[in-house]
Formats: sequence, C-alpha cells, structure tokens
Amino acid sequence: MFETKSGVFLVAGLGFFALAFMVMGLLPWTIYRNEPEATVAEMIEQHGIVPEFVEFAEKFPDRFKEYYGDCNAASFEAALRRGHRIYVGEACWHCHSQFVRPVSNEALRWGPVADAKEYQNELQRPVLFGTRRVGPDLSREAAHRSNDWHIAHFHKPSSVVPVSVMPEYPWFFDEDGYPNRDGMAIITYVQWLGSWIKEYPYFLGDGPRGPGEVEEEKLKFDDI
Amino acid sequence: MATQAAAPAAVSTGDHDRLIEVSLVKWHFLTGFAFLLIAMLAGLLFSMQFLQQYPFKGIEIFSPGRWRFVHTQGVAYGFIANIFLGMLYWAVPRLTHRPVLSRPLSWFLFFAWQAVILATAIGVLLGQAQALEWGETPVWIDPVAEIGLILVAVNFLAPVFKTKGPMYVTLWYFVAALVWTPLVYAMGNFLPQYLMTGVAAGAIGGLFIHDLVGLFVTPLGWGMMYYFVPIILKKPIWSHGLSLVGFWGLAFFYPLNGIHHFLYTPIPMFLQYGAIISTVAVELVVTTVIINFFMTIRGTGDMLRTSIPIRWFYTGMIFYFTTCLQCAFHTTLTFQKIIHFSDWVVGHAHLVMFGVFGFWMLGLLVHLLPRVCNRAGWYSRGLNEWHFWITALSMLVMFFDLMIAGLIQGYMWRDLAAWEETIRASRPYWLVRSVSGTAIIVAQFLFAYNVIRTLAMSPAPEAAPDGEAAPDPTAGGLATA
Ligand code: HEM
Ligand code: HEM
Repeated sequence: MFETKSGVFLVAGLGFFALAFMVMGLLPWTIYRNEPEATVAEMIEQHGIVPEFVEFAEKFPDRFKEYYGDCNAASFEAALRRGHRIYVGEACWHCHSQFVRPVSNEALRWGPVADAKEYQNELQRPVLFGTRRVGPDLSREAAHRSNDWHIAHFHKPSSVVPVSVMPEYPWFFDEDGYPNRDGMAIITYVQWLGSWIKEYPYFLGDGPRGPGEVEEEKLKFDDI
Repeated sequence: MATQAAAPAAVSTGDHDRLIEVSLVKWHFLTGFAFLLIAMLAGLLFSMQFLQQYPFKGIEIFSPGRWRFVHTQGVAYGFIANIFLGMLYWAVPRLTHRPVLSRPLSWFLFFAWQAVILATAIGVLLGQAQALEWGETPVWIDPVAEIGLILVAVNFLAPVFKTKGPMYVTLWYFVAALVWTPLVYAMGNFLPQYLMTGVAAGAIGGLFIHDLVGLFVTPLGWGMMYYFVPIILKKPIWSHGLSLVGFWGLAFFYPLNGIHHFLYTPIPMFLQYGAIISTVAVELVVTTVIINFFMTIRGTGDMLRTSIPIRWFYTGMIFYFTTCLQCAFHTTLTFQKIIHFSDWVVGHAHLVMFGVFGFWMLGLLVHLLPRVCNRAGWYSRGLNEWHFWITALSMLVMFFDLMIAGLIQGYMWRDLAAWEETIRASRPYWLVRSVSGTAIIVAQFLFAYNVIRTLAMSPAPEAAPDGEAAPDPTAGGLATA
C-alpha cells in the first residue's frame, strides 16, 4: 500500500483528504447548521437602519436621491451590499480584521469578544475574519467615528491620522469632494459593522483605543 | 531504496524526444519566471504604501489593495504553478518512461493557464476579487480554473497509471498532489461562497489557505527534491524508511492543520486544539525528511560549493526547517496572543513561499534551463553566484526584519499603545522590508539578464539529453517499461 499507485491515490490522496475535510470542515458546519444564515433584509429588520445612513439622506439630499432614492430599508440594503463589495474588492480585509479575540487585551481595545452568531449572515460569505492588522479591527467600528471623519479619512487618511499608511480613495468622491454612491456605500458599511451588538454604540470618540484612556486597574496582562 | 542498486536507465536521444515535449518545459519555465518578476514588482509597489510613498496615489486601477492581490495571486498561480508544470512535464515522463496523456492537451493547458492568470489579474484590478485569502480569483474564473486543474491531473496521472509495480518516492508526492489540488481548489472556492456562511466558512477558508501550501506546493516541491537531488549528487537517497515516514506523515497530518489560521476565533475550541496538535506533529515529520536529505549529502558536501542548484536546494531546506520550527511555536496559543495579525506572519509567509519553494525553483531553473533551451551551459556562472548570494542574504534580512517588527507590533497592541504609535514603531522595519525586497528584485533581474544572454548564445552542437539516470529504476515502473 505504501508505495503503490492505489495506496497513494486512494488512501493518501482521497482518504486522508476526506478524513480531514470531515473533521475540520464538515464538523463545524454541522455544529452551526441550526444557526440560520440571516439575509441582509432580516438583519435590517432586526437591528434597524444605522443613523449615519439617515444622516447622508439629510445632509446630501439631492445626491442621496440620485444614488439611492428614498431612505428606507431597501436603499439601506443596497448600500450595505455595495459597501461590502467594495470592502472585498479593495482588499480592506487584508489590512483590517473583523474579529475581536479574547486575549491580548483586545476586548479592552475594541469591545466585546467576537461571537459565532455575528457571522451568520449573508455578508460573511466568505467570512471576513481577516488574518492581518495593518489598521485597526473594524468589527466594532459602528458609530465609533462620525461620517465626517470617515469622509475626510477615506479621501486622505493622513489628513486625520498623519502617520496613517492607509491608501487614499478619491474615487469614492465626486468632483466637488462629496461622497459618491461608492463613498456613501463604504461608509454605511463600516458604520454598520458592530451595530448589532448589545453594547452598541460601544465607544464614542477615541475610547480606550488611545493611551491613558483605560484606567490602570482595568489593564490586565495575560500570563505571557 | 538506499539498499537497492541504482542501475542506470539513461534516456536515449530518440526516446527523449518521444517522451518529453522540451519546448513545453521551456515555455512554462520562462513564463513562470516572468510572472515572478511581475509579482515581485507588485509586492514592492504595495510595500511602498507602508512608507507613505505610493507612487500612483489616488488612481483607481492602482489601488494598493488590488495590487496586493496581484502580488499574492501572481506568485502562487503565475510563478509557482508554472514552474511546477514545467517540472512535471520533465520529470513524470522520465519516471514512467511514458509521455503524458496528450501533447495538444498540454499545449492547450499552457495557454489556458496563462489566460486564467491574466483574467485573474484584470479581474482583481477591476475590483472583482473574491473574499478568500489565496483564492481572490474572481468567482467567474473559479470554475474554469477548476476544470484546468482536473485536466492537468488527468494529463499526468495517465502515464503513471500505465506503469506497473511500486512507484519511486517522487511519484508518491506527485500523485497525491495531483489528487489533492483540484479537491482543495473546489473546496476552498465553492463551499464558503455558495454553501456555507460565517464560522463554518471560516473553517473551510483556513483549510484552503493551508492546503494550498500544504497539499499543492509542498508535495510537488518535495517530489521535485527527491528527484533532482539524487540525480545531481549522483547517489541515492539515504533512507527509504525515512522517505516513507516523511510522505505518509505529511499526507496524514497536513490536511488537518487548516484551522490554525483562525485561532481564538469563534470556531469551536476543540477543533483549534486539534489543528495545533497536528501542526506540531508536522514539524516532527519535517525533521525526519530534513535528516534524510542531510544524510544524503553527507560526504559530498563540497557540492554545496560547486553546484549552484544543490546550493539553492539545500539553502531552501534549511529555511524549510526554520519555518516549520517557527510554525511549531507560533501555532501555540501562547505565541498566538502576540504574533497573530502582525508582520511576524508575513515574514513567515515570505520565508516559506519564496525562501523555500521559490529557492528550489530557482535552483531548478539553474539546473535545467540551459538544457531545455538547448544551450551547452550558462552565459555566466558569476552572475548565477551573485544571483544566489544577493537573494539569499536579502531574504534573511527580510525575514528577521519582519519577525522583529511582528514582535514589536504584537506587544504594543497588547499593551494598548495607540494605533498610531504602533505604526510609527513599524515604519523603520517596513523600510528595511522594501529595501531588502528591492535587492531581491535586482538579483532576479541579474538572473533574467543571464537567461537572455544564454538564449542569445548559439545552440549546443548536439543537444545531448544528458544520459541522466532516473533515480530509481527498480522502485519505479521502469523495470517493466
Ligand atoms: C477601502 C478599504 C478600506 C476600508 C473600508 C478601511 C477602513 C478603515 C477605517 C474605518 C479606519 C479607522 C479605524 C478607526 O480608527 O476607527 C481605518 C484605519 C486604518 N487603515 Fe484602513 N481601510 C481600508 C483599506 C486599508 C488598507 C488597504 C490599508 C493598508 C495598506 C489600511 C490601513 C489602515 C491603517 C494603518 C489605519 C490606522 C490609521 C488610520 O486611522 O488611518 N486600510 N481604515
Ligand atoms: C521581492 C520583493 C517582495 C516584496 C517587497 C513583497 C512585499 C509584500 C507585501 C508588502 C505584502 C503584504 C504584507 C501585509 O499585508 O502586511 C506581501 C504579502 C505576501 N507576499 Fe510578498 N513581497 C515580495 C516577494 C514575494 C515573493 C517572491 C513571494 C513568494 C514567492 C511572496 C509571497 C507573499 C505572500 C504569500 C504574501 C501574503 C502574506 C500574508 O498574508 O501573510 N512575496 N508581500
């Protein structure tokens, strides 16, 4: 078996692959099988429209009308889907993670630890955990910054964070510097990330993401 | 096999032409190398974003993130896959004494594969990437690539299955890799997109990231080592028993590793433990393979000096051991707290993808390119020496640089330093990364120059296909051929 064609083909090739796939792939799938995948519409029904989207409709009424029509669940859904597509296509997820780990003081920096339920929705297909943080985690970003901050930031990150190494995205804006359809979409999407958690909005302003913002006694260093 | 006599089974000239479409090997090699140059330039371009020096700021088609896709997709499918295909067209017919299934199909696959890569590049540059690490190929290309991979497997498995008797080590790895690759590609690209969501999709995503390295690149790479190292050293592999342990250990443990990419996520903890344990097990298996190869070269260590391909191969093996050792540590939950998400992982990825498999492929090119291009030798050995030394030293610099950067980032994050501070602290390391990357690129251009000058030389008088012995006539199908 160890050196024969059938041994290598059937046992190592098909067999071991199938075994690992069942243990490491199908097993988690069966565990979460009963947790239904929410559609975007269901998410909206359950958690509502984020106020920042409404703000776009109020602040830029003509443009908003042109891009999204009326401000309602349907247009919010369209913006979320578009924002998600941009987030994937621009590789945001290669520099920003979307999960908070229970270690390394991450709950103090970002907010509640990630929960499996949060990922059971259409816009996590494929899941956007991410494996690299050049920039901060974004899964608790909702309402952390204002729309205006994001407009300035996407246009030119170094204008608000001088050392930022994040790229500029001028194509999210029209000639007059207002967010265009894509700009409103991506900002709506990041303002939505984490808007479903109980503690939402988790931190306003800088929160504990800056130094000295966490009281010393809350700091706990893992036993590392 | 150490005990078995290696009866020379030279391939005569006429036979050689019947067996091997040499120009196919040549074109896969040249195309693969060209993709390496392009992909490296894309990496360098993206790395300049980290220095706030991106040259094409604000131009949509040059969006830095999209060029990161070009970088990783380019090295995986453009460079690595092409060179492996060329290598298979050379090695499989020699090991089986039979041509591949079909030459027209082989040429069709050559052009189809380049079309898939170009379509991928265009797709991701237009913002159509799929949110799957290593599988960013736009979803509409995935089915085409999948069909291509199945055809590749059929093309190479056909001659193998026509031979009788047990196979030589190289073919174990090749057969397994040819079975695994289409399975892995289908699993990773289709399930999380069409069937699963959320955490379950994450588990599959982890499997895909790891299987692409572990079940496609690694077995083809080791199969290649088991073939070329004995040929160049002109002696058999030290221990057949260790070869068996190495292959079967890899085949069993590697596929179980995937979830180690997503530790501390909501994926069930017992699966995370399982992935960690099998990852550490892989390290033990790897050690046996490394011992086998170093015992093989024992007594002929001078070849490291005289043979540039052997030097590339063995440097890659040392790096392989290094990365696997590193991995056995950083897969543990203790290390994960600090190094996950940081540049440590990026350093690891570069050492294993380029420092190991890239190095082996460059060694392969040094060994075979003049021969498949019908030239007597290289235009300049000196240039090949420079190519080796600049690349190897810069690779080391990049690796240690990113490893240190990763530790600094990880500790600063844990200590709740402001994000800006962590960026400020990383900047010198990002600069060193770009500089060492530039040096690596310069070295590849030196090599490219050497290739061009070699091609410009007049063809060798008679293209003697070397009379190179297949490594193991008795264990392969050769005895019956
Ligand atoms: C269009 C895709 C992207 C989106 C939607 C996005 C979103 C964001 C957001 C919302 C923040 C602010 C987080 C906060 O402090 O609350 C941020 C920061 C940051 N991002 Fe991105 N990002 C994207 C692409 C990238 C890329 C490709 C990189 C890496 C090259 C990057 C690197 C950073 C860095 C270093 C920061 C921290 C400094 C700063 O706030 O500017 N981002 N990003
Ligand atoms: C020679 C110059 C090179 C430069 C300047 C370079 C630069 C980069 C940069 C900036 C990244 C993104 C890292 C991040 O997201 O923080 C990256 C990722 C990557 N590069 Fe390169 N690269 C080079 C060569 C290569 C080569 C030759 C290979 C493989 C053969 C390679 C394989 C990879 C892989 C696998 C990743 C993904 C790493 C991860 O996500 O952990 N690179 N590279």
